[in-house]
Amino acid sequence: MTKLFSKLRIVLAALMLLALAAFSYPVAAQQQPSSVNPQADSVNEQQLLQQFKTIQGRGSIPDTKSYTIEQPAGRDWRHFHEVTLRWIGAVAILGVLAVLIIFYLSRGMVRIESGRSGHTIVRFNAAERFVHWMTATCFIILALSGLNITFGKPLLLPLMSPEAFTAWSEWAKYAHNYLSFPFTLGVILIFFMWIAGNIPNRVDVEWFKRGGGMVGHDHPPAERFNGGQKAVYWIVVLGGTAAAVSGYALIFPFYGTDIENMQSATMVHGIIAMLFIAAMLGHIYIGTIGMEGAFEAMGEGTVDINWAKEHHALWLEQERARAESNPSQRQPAATPGE
Amino acid sequence: MARMKFLCDADRCIECNACVTACKNENEVPWGINRRRVVTINDGKPGERSVSMACMHCTDAPCQAVCPVDAFYTTADAVVLHSKDICIGCGYCFYACPFGAPQYPRVGNFGSRGKMDKCTYCGGGPEQDSTMAEYEKYGANRLAEGKLPLCAEMCSTKSLLAGDGDIIAQIYKERVVKRGYGSGAWGWKTAYRETITS
Repeated sequence: MTKLFSKLRIVLAALMLLALAAFSYPVAAQQQPSSVNPQADSVNEQQLLQQFKTIQGRGSIPDTKSYTIEQPAGRDWRHFHEVTLRWIGAVAILGVLAVLIIFYLSRGMVRIESGRSGHTIVRFNAAERFVHWMTATCFIILALSGLNITFGKPLLLPLMSPEAFTAWSEWAKYAHNYLSFPFTLGVILIFFMWIAGNIPNRVDVEWFKRGGGMVGHDHPPAERFNGGQKAVYWIVVLGGTAAAVSGYALIFPFYGTDIENMQSATMVHGIIAMLFIAAMLGHIYIGTIGMEGAFEAMGEGTVDINWAKEHHALWLEQERARAESNPSQRQPAATPGE
Repeated sequence: MARMKFLCDADRCIECNACVTACKNENEVPWGINRRRVVTINDGKPGERSVSMACMHCTDAPCQAVCPVDAFYTTADAVVLHSKDICIGCGYCFYACPFGAPQYPRVGNFGSRGKMDKCTYCGGGPEQDSTMAEYEKYGANRLAEGKLPLCAEMCSTKSLLAGDGDIIAQIYKERVVKRGYGSGAWGWKTAYRETITS
């Protein structure tokens, strides 16, 4: 009996299933042809990208950066970093180097025409020289470690093992980050220390008109800082400020900045740095092999009287006038000033 | 060789975050790092849509291109991997990545982000396959065991697909034809320079 019942139950169940399927089929069939898109009003990828450039939403983790799920601009940034910046850097730096080499070969070192007098005058005191060399040392390390990020992979990596290149690059990165602080301090000190002598005036116009004495054997008069030096001063102050501001945005990533700001910061930082390096090559040239008697100014702090007469005639007059009015000082002013 | 890709069918994603959890557990991803996350656009508003996003393993990957120390490599399966021994934690890959995939263990002040971590397509790293050294740095190597990424395998609605690009594109196309609508393969145009047209 129990066997019969269980068989009957199976048959009954099968019949019920069939009936169910028969009833439900027309419903399913009705859904098929005129399918309604329940997502018709939902956001669309291409629309969002056209409208906002990035696709952002809300996530469930604390990292708000992760709420941006797509930012195709990363591809443009890559092009800048891998192509544009390398071109800017190569043209600026190699261009300036080429000009300097051609200039040196054709003009040679600018000599002190009247020869050395043997008498010197203080040009930069110890504090000024300390600030200059602190900033300069930091700048050179910052420049090399920065160039490593842009040019290290194609130029340096093929010469060493990947592990060695990583070790060097990591140290370079830390040096770059931490030396930014003394560098920035140096730029600030330079700004206040030399601002008085670096306001452009009519003397500079005349100086530039006469080519700054670099071409031919002309010696246009100049005050403590000539037009070219004032240009270097403002490149350092403005370029240094721009590099510092963009650099600190990078050193504190995503502090009130978004991905777009961070990309812009690296772009500004890179372009400013390349132009800054190119300009400083010119400064280093004229301060060393470009001109006789120039390095002493920042080296020992004193320059030959004849050098001062040829290159900074107005400054020498001012210093002498001051020395006469203040006879207690043997040397014409220990702190040449403004 | 296959060309491995991810495809998130955003019409099916229900924001359950199972993919996120599966990834974290399978790869023992450290606290604070999310190799995969689900983001909801227009959350709570009409037109809401959720998308699960991780490294898309781009064709001609931008992260690989911008890395200043060349830490990235692309496998024969077109999976983009990197070496944590070579990485210097500069953060450039994050700026270049269109999908926000690279993650760093630390905040990043003074350049101390630590070694970058990202989705490996459950494919480990440069170390010997399926070793402890590989697992500790990069997580599981399911590819070496012939398995696909766990996020896609765990997906409760099969919204997230992983596998050979042509095959998952075919699956998606059939879905779209059958149900009559589809919002497209999110991120494919940016990652692979192609879209799925059905």
